Amino acid sequence: MQLTLAINGRETRVDVDPETPMLWVLRDTIGLTGTKYGCGIARCGACTIHLDGQATKACQLPASAAVGRQITTIEGLSATRSHPVQKAWIEIGVPQCGYCQSGQIMSASALLAERKNPTDAEIEAAMADNLCRCGTYQRIRQAIHRAAEIAQS
Amino acid sequence: MTHLSRRSLIRTSVAIGGGLALGFHLPEASAASIPAGSQATTAASGTEINAWIVIDRDNTVTLRIPHTEMGQGGATSVALLIAEELNVDWAGIKTEFADANRHLRNNREYKVMSTHGSQLVRLQHPHLMGAGASARERLKQAAAAAWGVPRSAVEAKLGTLTAGDKSATYGEFAEAAARIRLDEEPAIQTDPAKWWLLGKGVQRLDIPQKVDGSAQYAIDTRVPGMVYAAVKACPVPGGTLVSFDPDAIRDRPGILRVIALRAAAVKRDRSKMPEGLRVLEMGSDMQDAVAVVAESWYQAKTALDRLPIRWDLGEGASTDTASCYAHGHRLMDQQGLVSGKADPLAADLIERSSRRVTSSFQRPFEAHARMEPINATVHVQPDRVDVWSPTQDQSSAVLLVADQLGRDPKTVFAHTMFLGGGFGGNGAGGTAVTRQAAELSRDMGKPVKVLWSREEDIAQGKQRPLLVARLSAAIGEEGLPTALFTRAAWFSIDGANQVGPVTADYGISTMPYRIPHRHHERHNAKTHVPSATHRAPGANQTGFVTEVFADEMALAGGWDPLEWRLKMTEGMADWQLVLRTLKEKSGFRTDLPKGEGMGVAVVECYGTIAAACATVNVSRRGRLTVDKVLMVMDAGRVINPHAGAEQCEGSVCWELSHAWLGGLDLEAGRFTNTNLDTYNLVRMHQNPLVETIFASSGGAKWGGLGEPAGPPTPPAVANAIYFATGRRLRSTPFRDHDLSWA
Ligand code: FES
Ligand code: FES
Repeated sequence: MQLTLAINGRETRVDVDPETPMLWVLRDTIGLTGTKYGCGIARCGACTIHLDGQATKACQLPASAAVGRQITTIEGLSATRSHPVQKAWIEIGVPQCGYCQSGQIMSASALLAERKNPTDAEIEAAMADNLCRCGTYQRIRQAIHRAAEIAQS
Repeated sequence: MTHLSRRSLIRTSVAIGGGLALGFHLPEASAASIPAGSQATTAASGTEINAWIVIDRDNTVTLRIPHTEMGQGGATSVALLIAEELNVDWAGIKTEFADANRHLRNNREYKVMSTHGSQLVRLQHPHLMGAGASARERLKQAAAAAWGVPRSAVEAKLGTLTAGDKSATYGEFAEAAARIRLDEEPAIQTDPAKWWLLGKGVQRLDIPQKVDGSAQYAIDTRVPGMVYAAVKACPVPGGTLVSFDPDAIRDRPGILRVIALRAAAVKRDRSKMPEGLRVLEMGSDMQDAVAVVAESWYQAKTALDRLPIRWDLGEGASTDTASCYAHGHRLMDQQGLVSGKADPLAADLIERSSRRVTSSFQRPFEAHARMEPINATVHVQPDRVDVWSPTQDQSSAVLLVADQLGRDPKTVFAHTMFLGGGFGGNGAGGTAVTRQAAELSRDMGKPVKVLWSREEDIAQGKQRPLLVARLSAAIGEEGLPTALFTRAAWFSIDGANQVGPVTADYGISTMPYRIPHRHHERHNAKTHVPSATHRAPGANQTGFVTEVFADEMALAGGWDPLEWRLKMTEGMADWQLVLRTLKEKSGFRTDLPKGEGMGVAVVECYGTIAAACATVNVSRRGRLTVDKVLMVMDAGRVINPHAGAEQCEGSVCWELSHAWLGGLDLEAGRFTNTNLDTYNLVRMHQNPLVETIFASSGGAKWGGLGEPAGPPTPPAVANAIYFATGRRLRSTPFRDHDLSWA
């Protein structure tokens, strides 16, 4: 079925079964592989994207439900790694293997869009679904605080 | 139902020769760099001084990385080691991954490509630093000859050669240097006090491409014409395929093929394998499986979920976690293999002692659960085969695929990718999927990406062995142990042998404590569960046993646990350094109010002594919070403190996940918690603050840092829980224990 999706500010036409999760539409149909598969059941956060600005797990979002809404993926967050969250991530050297980091960054950037200066408790609540097997959590927490500073400077 | 004909998945062959370079190259503007994507040709232009170093006429220096980058900072470590000796401006260097094919063709030119065992810095530093030193001296020699001065008069610094008023870049003398053979290779600088680059701490090379989605992992491979496969093996490892009904899913969209993949006995003609290349031990690698190939992976996976399959579950179906434990505890009453020297007095002394401590321990199987699920893409063409695999050893991926397809390895090209985690599971553990992809690509005549669902990844990945142990000690006059008797059993498909030299009581029989009479025995207990190395193998299970028991021995003798460890390692300078530093920095105490506790533990692993002090809080109702883990590490020296600390933070989280929340549940031979809703790992709100202090003893010690901080973490937390609640934990996961107190 032909669907028109708004991805990273561009209209994109795809021909998929409307039930196909956006994760696979992005990765396999369109080729935006920055969004990752980790569990397929909304428990790891590796597939986090923004749907109308809200952090959303692409593995549980049918393509049909994304029609008419704005989708942002890690590739669309900024053109030059210049989003405050990306800057803070580089400055603090957050990633290890990096596989979870697209999802971490998309969750963190959605949080900061809503809360300019999130508390530790707010960070923990917003990031609770994002697993990192490499254990980069304390640097993620530090980098979110730093990103809040960068955004306001 | 369709009945199957026997189909061999494993074939033999192997001859070495030919090859091509590979790597990738997308320079960052102004910083040291490593590219984000994979290509199958080496890009560096310029003169090759040796296999590791290419210098362009414009003085661009490219370093070749023979190892994989799986999050441990390995690529950066290799570049640092070479750059220290070569003496080039760090900010300007470029890197590319080395060519696995060339490595094999030229008799293991890069010495070792495998990346495991925390050994990259620990064991590979002599030849990596040596490559840099040799190139530097040859550049100096070339300049000396041109300028008519002795080599010793030429200084090589930050890419520039100078002697008196003469000066030139390395690039200007690269061609001449490439032709020079030195009479004697220079020594490397191992004294940390004399390093100019190592030990200072640099940003890792692979960070920028990991914040914008551009880093390419094997799972991201896209090849024109590629099709996708989902696979399912028998839920009970070792079971066999009886039949399946492809008609049931024939009408589903996108389905191209439904096919059986059969395990076959390995028949290998060893005589055709060159010396030193016998890396393909298949043994239990392959399981019978069914594959669905489709136009998209989602189509393949959803069809496979609906495919009726009949399995003969085999013998494994009669075992579960509880039966393994019961068998293990029975073995504790039976004599095992002796580790080290037997001491017949130990048991007697304990028997006759009036102060005796005996404790039994058990720990379940654990999965790797790398964030990147197991996958591989292979493209078989008449004249060449391309492989994209998340392997910890590209050279063995080349041989593996050559072996599977009966091809000459010189026509097989491995693309080095970033790994979404390694943790020991991408060495031997990644072989089955790569064979599946090779076989399916040959069968389809197209590039095929095989991706295991997360459920398949956990159920069929090779696990860390289950452990049962019993330790007894006699406590003597001063409250110190006079005798120790231990038995341990470790469950894996062929006893312990699958995980190399690591045996059931690695870490137990090698405990550092000076006890006059020690006797250690082990049992290698067989199960149907395939096993593989798992970050800090051996010590990851046994560290908990030895260091909880150390606290029990200390308290039975009336000692403070930290003072006891200092006493028991008297005269061992590096252990004393680590423990004294821990004492000074941690503020360890045993008299905190109820509900609060601190615990210590110390374990040596991969040449590094790692001591932990954990601080916990347990609510009256038994809710555990791990507030902090302080790590004190002696790896001898540290080449990149930034990356070293990061690895310690990661290792603490890794082992805490297993000890607190993890544990694979085996029921009727199959693992039942196979996704991340039921195989639980530490999340941000559960992760303690980790502080890392390096207490480096220097000397001849080169320890690893990728793994050793893990093993002391669970016992430090368990010992802290004891002081907080009075509850002594001798099994994991802690979530199974009632921690409430009144
Ligand atoms: S893949 Fe979507 S949350 Fe894990
Ligand atoms: S950085 Fe490896 S899983 Fe998070």
